Amino acid sequence: MREPTPEEIRDGAIYRSLGLSDSEYERVVEKLGRLPNYVEAGIFGVLWSEHCSYKSSKVHLRRFPTTGPQVLQGPGENAGVVDIGDGWAVAFKMESHNHPSAVEPYQGAATGVGGILRDIFTMGARPIAFLDSLRFGPLDDARTRYLFAQVVAGIGGYGNCVGIPTVGGEVQFSPTYRQNPLVNAMCVGILPAHGIVRGEAKGVGNPVFVVGARTGRDGIHGATFASAEDPEEKERSAVQVGDPFLGKLLMEACLELIATGAVVGIQDMGAAGLTSSSAEMASRAGGGIELVLDRVPVRETGMTPYEMMLSESQERMLVVLERGKEEVAFAIFRRYGLEVADVGRVTDDGMLRLLWHGEVVAEIPVRALVDEAPVYERPVGPPVSSKRASIPEPSHLAEAWLSLMRHPNIADKSWVYRQYDTMVRAQTALGPGMDAALVKVPDLDKAVAMATDGNARYVRLNPRKGGAIAVAEAARNVAAVGARPLAITNCLNFGNPEKPAVMRQLSDAIDGMAEACRALDTPVVSGNVSLYNESRGQDIDPTPIVGCVGVLDGIFRRMPSAPREARGLKLVILGREDDDLDGSLFAELACGEPVGDAPYLDLAAERRLHELLQRIAAERAAVAVHDVSEGGLAVAIAEMAIGAGCGASLAAPDGVRPAGWLFSEAQGRAIAAVSPDALDALLHLARALDVPARVAGEFTDAPCLEVSFAGDLVRVSLADLEEAYRTAIPSLLRQDAVDSRATL
Amino acid sequence: MRWAVVVFPGSNCDRDAEQAIRLVTGDAVDLVWHDAEDLSAYDAIVLPGGFSYGDYLRAGAIARFSPVVRAVAREAERGKPVIGICNGFQILTEAGLLPGALLANHHLQFRCEIAKLRVETNDSPFTRLYQPGEVIRIPIAHGEGRYHAEPEVLDELRRDGRVAFRYVENPNGSVDDIAGILNARRNVLGLMPHPERAVIDWMGSEDGIRMFQSIRAHVEEGQTHA
Repeated sequence: MREPTPEEIRDGAIYRSLGLSDSEYERVVEKLGRLPNYVEAGIFGVLWSEHCSYKSSKVHLRRFPTTGPQVLQGPGENAGVVDIGDGWAVAFKMESHNHPSAVEPYQGAATGVGGILRDIFTMGARPIAFLDSLRFGPLDDARTRYLFAQVVAGIGGYGNCVGIPTVGGEVQFSPTYRQNPLVNAMCVGILPAHGIVRGEAKGVGNPVFVVGARTGRDGIHGATFASAEDPEEKERSAVQVGDPFLGKLLMEACLELIATGAVVGIQDMGAAGLTSSSAEMASRAGGGIELVLDRVPVRETGMTPYEMMLSESQERMLVVLERGKEEVAFAIFRRYGLEVADVGRVTDDGMLRLLWHGEVVAEIPVRALVDEAPVYERPVGPPVSSKRASIPEPSHLAEAWLSLMRHPNIADKSWVYRQYDTMVRAQTALGPGMDAALVKVPDLDKAVAMATDGNARYVRLNPRKGGAIAVAEAARNVAAVGARPLAITNCLNFGNPEKPAVMRQLSDAIDGMAEACRALDTPVVSGNVSLYNESRGQDIDPTPIVGCVGVLDGIFRRMPSAPREARGLKLVILGREDDDLDGSLFAELACGEPVGDAPYLDLAAERRLHELLQRIAAERAAVAVHDVSEGGLAVAIAEMAIGAGCGASLAAPDGVRPAGWLFSEAQGRAIAAVSPDALDALLHLARALDVPARVAGEFTDAPCLEVSFAGDLVRVSLADLEEAYRTAIPSLLRQDAVDSRATL
Repeated sequence: MRWAVVVFPGSNCDRDAEQAIRLVTGDAVDLVWHDAEDLSAYDAIVLPGGFSYGDYLRAGAIARFSPVVRAVAREAERGKPVIGICNGFQILTEAGLLPGALLANHHLQFRCEIAKLRVETNDSPFTRLYQPGEVIRIPIAHGEGRYHAEPEVLDELRRDGRVAFRYVENPNGSVDDIAGILNARRNVLGLMPHPERAVIDWMGSEDGIRMFQSIRAHVEEGQTHA
């Protein structure tokens, strides 16, 4: 097939099929001072895609706080890096793989994991953990069950094989994701604080190498595809296929090579493959790069420069080496059986220049591609005003309690995480099912805490407060295990940015997140934006996901979410007791849709609570601490009781509405299980930090949970709660085998 | 004493085994690359867990052709203790050093959790510090851990007390709940569970400690006798 000429691209508006709008095409012509050829137009198309350029979100992302004494590397690199003390640092980032996972769930999820893994080790960090934040439609739908099962299998398939434990994350189900599931993968790595490697193509004349897999025709247009509506109408070939074995070898070889000091710059060839990696590395160094495409190892004959530049074949790295150190690298790659090819060199003329059969087939100023990509101030609609809701009081509180325990958002997720190797590397001190995961730093008495969170219902009802809650909850989870929250990464999953209402959600959610980040001293160090999460004109509910990382000094201070031996322990409610059901899951179930405002949030009180939780862990003033989140106090208490295998008895304060007290999702709260002799110490700490604390009850020998409300008693059997909690997801998935065949 | 932990391309529990052995025994541990042809310098050999060669084709099916596997067989013949954990167990069966095979879990999913195991014999270099019948907690993490063998092989294993561990609750459909077996000479153990993940309190179990201590005690005793 003959490629269209520059004139044909212009006259036939062929650039549109490459992802460029009319005005963007004009901008390209202006930047180049001539008409782009097909390769050049394709390169602009992918690099100026929403996925690569952040053109709709950039002006808003600038409002995130990104600095602090703990920040060693903020946004703009392959991952953010924070200091954890004693000469060590943590690199972390989260990224979405929503669109590919909607089309080919196993490979979509697997390559999401592989991609974020490479972003971490290219920083010079040894990956120590994965977390995954997943969103699906309700499980009553056969296609959803297929997507869910295959995404989980894909995450495990990649993560288990590369030998990095998947230690946390969350899964939620809502009709809003029926056509548009979300797969956000986070990776965390550790590195010496002075050992950060950047993705820079520095040093004129330094050689540039492609390492790892050969370049094939898979994944061409992946980045533009991710930025388009209705991925189902797109071709499956835009989805890449992962090879975790090769990914593992590449990781080991690159870490070994980085340790030799021969690497000048290194970057994963992720979205937009060779195009984005070469242009971004040159851009960061303020220089240029020249590639001889004839030398790129390819999987099949007849590949054109266009295909090579746009391929998203997985497990490939672009590496700039210090001239003269090539042999060091070759020896390492040979040992791992990895292919390496010298494909070009670093230049100082600021151009991305591609040669093919001795001819220049593309020559583009790097600045035009990266720094001068379009930035849009898209129209932002009027603010969302939340309405007061009247929520019917349930006739049977025990039944409502059970139905919440049975709700897939709350129910036990071990069906998911027991398919993940959560313990490989043998450093997992707290794994999935806890408020946050805790992974030890080898040879140090120090651990990294990590959690993801994000509740779209809150953001839909009140984007600003909902955004702030996402940060507050993730940080609270980290504090609950005793760690100090340090910084966050995020994935902003939103609908079509060309709609002003969606831009309003994005803008407000960012403001709320920024506010919480400042209040909690957890700056944003990395992240990703996924827009156009819509199907057939219907946008998803706004879903910013936050990944928070913290540090715990002294592994013995780790605080589990449930006590192992609970009899006789007192239950202390930390934070404000509330009976408002705004934004709660209970209210959604009662009214058939999310209602009211987002739940109560006070960021100053939240920060005091987080400090208290760290002090409680440091002084061993509690045996277990559990954060109060979806489903409210009732669910938090039940989860602790199920974990401990022990009943409990509590009393609510006088005058509260029972359903409200049980199921309110007011923020800034946790429950501590405290031995009687530590009670005074705990209450003293709480007073000193001005956090409300009330001894609300205790664990008992009775096989039930009891809550008394000024004379009225709500009682649920522990066995019923546990049955509802443990069997909900497996029983929804029971029909699988047959269904998945039917939908394939 | 000196331990070898063999590293195949795709092994991913090699460092875990190394760190557990160092912690438990204080001995010297070398990570030995799969192209090594001589392991005679080592007193005990560990084939660690992971996905050697991506488990492509079949778990362990490619790794068995690595040069180091011949060296492992040679040292096993000399009576040295060889322990294959998870993928290491799969490689040992593929290489014919242990009978039977590891098939895909009957539920077709990967399964990771702390499993309860019954120690069936303490007559081996690997289990001498356990009590027979004792129940221990050791993590499992595998997709192909369903032990299978022909009836006559199973009879022989049972008759000779070569079933080292059984699952208390079978997580993968293994025949006769088998989690680990010994060779006829009792110096080669293959097991799906990961003792190296159960050696410190914060791991959730310390029941793996005695497996490494047992091996050490066995080797030390041999050296004293010699």
